[in-house]
This record gives sequence, structure tokens and C-alpha cells, in this order.
Amino acid sequence: MTLAELAAAPGRASELALADEVGDDRSARERLLRTMRERLREMRASIERGLATDAPSRTGMVGWNAKRLWKADDVLGAALLRRVQAYAMAVNEENARMGRIVAAPTAGSAGTLPGALLGVADHLGLDDDALVMPLVLAAAVGDAIQAKMFIAGSTGGCQAEIGASAAMAAAAVTELLGGSAHACVHAATMALMNTIGLVCDPVGGYVEVPCVSRNAFYSVHAVSSAQLALAGLESVIPPDEVVQAMASVGRLLPPELRETGEGGIAATETGRRIALKMAR
Amino acid sequence: MVGPVMVGPSSSHTAGACRLALLARHTLLAPPTRARLTLHGSFAKTAHGHGTDVALAAGLLGFAPDDPRIPVAFDEARAAGLELDFGMADLGDVHPNSVRIELENDDETLEVTGSSLGGGLVRVFSVRGFEVNLSGAYHSLLVLHDDKPGVIARVARVIADDEGNVATLHSARRKRGGLAMMSIEIDRRLAQYALDYLTHVPYIHWLRMLPEVLSGEAPDEASTSGTEGSA
Repeated sequence: MTLAELAAAPGRASELALADEVGDDRSARERLLRTMRERLREMRASIERGLATDAPSRTGMVGWNAKRLWKADDVLGAALLRRVQAYAMAVNEENARMGRIVAAPTAGSAGTLPGALLGVADHLGLDDDALVMPLVLAAAVGDAIQAKMFIAGSTGGCQAEIGASAAMAAAAVTELLGGSAHACVHAATMALMNTIGLVCDPVGGYVEVPCVSRNAFYSVHAVSSAQLALAGLESVIPPDEVVQAMASVGRLLPPELRETGEGGIAATETGRRIALKMAR
Repeated sequence: MVGPVMVGPSSSHTAGACRLALLARHTLLAPPTRARLTLHGSFAKTAHGHGTDVALAAGLLGFAPDDPRIPVAFDEARAAGLELDFGMADLGDVHPNSVRIELENDDETLEVTGSSLGGGLVRVFSVRGFEVNLSGAYHSLLVLHDDKPGVIARVARVIADDEGNVATLHSARRKRGGLAMMSIEIDRRLAQYALDYLTHVPYIHWLRMLPEVLSGEAPDEASTSGTEGSA
């Protein structure tokens, strides 16, 4: 199902996405909702584990960022911001420890969706039951992107991964806050449009730097997109054309900037030194 | 695109690699004792950083992508008597996350090559040197046969009689009248009698029924069926 079709849903975008997935098969519907509730529990568990520990990752580059931020003073008077960032990093630091996470859509970008969706929900004191249908929508948005491009840093750069995760999260948060189908899809589109060009340059090939902090940034990016869309702002370029644009930028990226650990941040003097040290 | 639940750190390099190896493992009837893994592109460049090496080992041991033993899969392989040999090569014009897996046990030797597409999705495009098309999302049937008129129809008839619904079908031959391989993805597993019948169809040399590997559950150790040996 394309983003345009989702945007044109007569009711909630997630209802259309669910109907498209399972038709009128009631047991399939129940199964899918049960899977989504299970995914939410796993997301929450990974956030809780990540916030509670400062155990280093395999390389020692990350592992304590989520907890440190979570314990820090809220100097900006921006509790939502801190919560969303801490949740996102908690998931990706678990990931960097080879802990258990939910890919959304990938593992390297796994923190963005739970960071934004559970972060906003907890900030507003909403129940997890309210998150199930937004998660269904997030999955459908991911599928719509996946239909036009490979969602992997090695084919499309980081934009493909974190862009997709931010788009999924933006749509989910918009729906959670009562946005129309049109608003949900435009939130996703604005998130994508403003991620185009981001390269995949992990230091030493490890999913740690810049991946962990990047999830903190793009979970906030997703919440920003939702805020714009809920205020009625929209993308001038139609959603599916934006996906197409991202796919063609991905094809233009040289291999050095697509998850080979040979360009960008990975190719800095310090990045290379760390890579060498880890190889030994 | 929400899922799978998995052990980090990468859906393509860890979960996808695990699933490719899991598919390769279940192309054999019995567990492999030796494996040669040749990594291509991004898989080769970042194998250790992304845990691709341990994830491949885990898949060959039959572990699913959420198995907590993935980080220690090398120890598990040693304990299980599975010998691993990793290498790197340019496999040609293929997806950057690709791996060729050559497996061996007492009864057979075979090759499985595939790509991890992102988000844990995979595609196996070669088995025993033949072009195939498997996603692991369905139960899949591999049939090695002579390129003779009517073989595909006979296989399709058996699937139809067992009320199997074909999701995808791919067939390719080495040369006209030579050996050919069919790869067929089916919504559910074919019944044993249907597989037994197929082994007696003339011109069919080898067949395998592979379990689906995308639902998250690790398939049973004995979930592969088909003709024995590498014939």
C-alpha cells in the first residue's frame, strides 16, 4: 500500500493499514494485534534495561549515554525532549551490547520509533493499549518505503534506515495524538524529506558511533515532524515522490558512505585508530 | 517493518545473516560439520563490528535471530562440532550484503548464496550453483531435475493435489536439456506423502522442503525433508 493510499484513508490511517494487511480475517487481525502488543512489550523492556545500566558496549565507545542523560537535570525545561532522547539511546545501547531489541525498521535505527512513541506516551501518561494501532501504522509506513527502496545502510546510506524509522515514528506519534490519515502521512513525509542525504559511516563498522546518538536526534526529529503535521503543515512534494527521491540519492552515494566503515566519521583519524585497535 | 525481535546490533548484518545461515542449514537434512563462509561487500568490510560472523554461525546451528546464544555462537559451534572457515571475496554484481555458504556433513556437500536486504529480510539466489529465488517467508520447495517437458507441470500438480498455494515460483536451467532447479515458495508445508511421491517422479534427482524462517521461531532440527545425499 502506497503512502498516497494511506493518506487517503477514510478514517484512521492505521485501520486502513490493518484492513489491507488482514482483510476481514478476524483471527489474522487478532494475531497481528497480539504481535504488535508483544513488540511493544519488547520495546519497553529494552528501554528499561538500557536506562538502568551503564555497561559498556563491545568496543567501549558507548553504553552509558542513555542512563547519564536520564539521570541528568532537566536544565532546558524540556522533559519530553530528554525522555525521548534517553529512551532512543537506551534501545540502541542495548543493541550495541548485542542485547534484545525490536528492529524498527532496522536494528541500527531501532531506538527512534520506541523513543518517540513511548516517550510521548509516557510524557502524556497514556496507556500502552493506545500505542498498538499507531504501531500498526508505523509498520505500514515502513512497508510503503521498503516497496520503493532497500532499507539498509549498505544500499541507501543512513537516510534509508534512520529516515524510514523517523518517518514511521512521525506517523505513529501523529496518529497517537489524534492526527488525520493525511496528517500522519505528511508527518512521515516531512521526516523523510529532512533526512535525505545522510550517510552511513559507522566507526570501525560497529553500530555505535554515530548510530546511538543519531537515534536520539531522529526520535526528536520524528516528534518535530508530528508537531508540524498536527498543526496542519504539509509536504509540497507528494509522499511517494519523496521516497523516490531518497531512493535515487541512495543510488548516488558512493560505497564509502554506505556502511563500509571507510568514509565520513569512520574515516577520521580517530575513527580509523579505533577501528585498528578493535581489529587487534 | 516493526520487528523482528532480535539480538543486536544490525538487522541486515546480524538478524539477516542469521536467517540466511538458517536457510542454508535447513537445505541440509542433517546439521553441517564444516562450513566455509565467503563474505562480500559490506558484509566483508564490517563483519565483526556487526556480529555478522557470530550470527552466521548461530544460523548454521539452527538458532533464530532472537536467540541469546548468538554472541557466543563460536563457542556453541565448537561444542557442537561445527568447523567454521571465514573468507572474503568479490561475489560479483550482487547486493552488498551477500554471503556464499558452503556446507558439508557426512552425507552431502552444498552451496547456498544469498543477500540480506535490510530490516531482516533476505533473499537466497543460488543453491548448488543454480539460480533460485527464496525469501524464507514461506515454506519452500527446491527441486533439481532434468530439463524435460512436463516436469514443472507434474510438480505443480502434486502441490495442487495437496492443496498447497504457490506464492512464488522460479525455475532455471543450466542449458537446454541439462539440469534445472525449481524453487517454489508455498503458503504451507507439503505433506510427507506428497514429497514421497515427488521423489519417484522421473527426471527428479533431488528435492528439499525448507521451513519458513521469518516468523521468529527457530525451525525444528528435523524440519527439512527431501531425498538423501547430494545426487
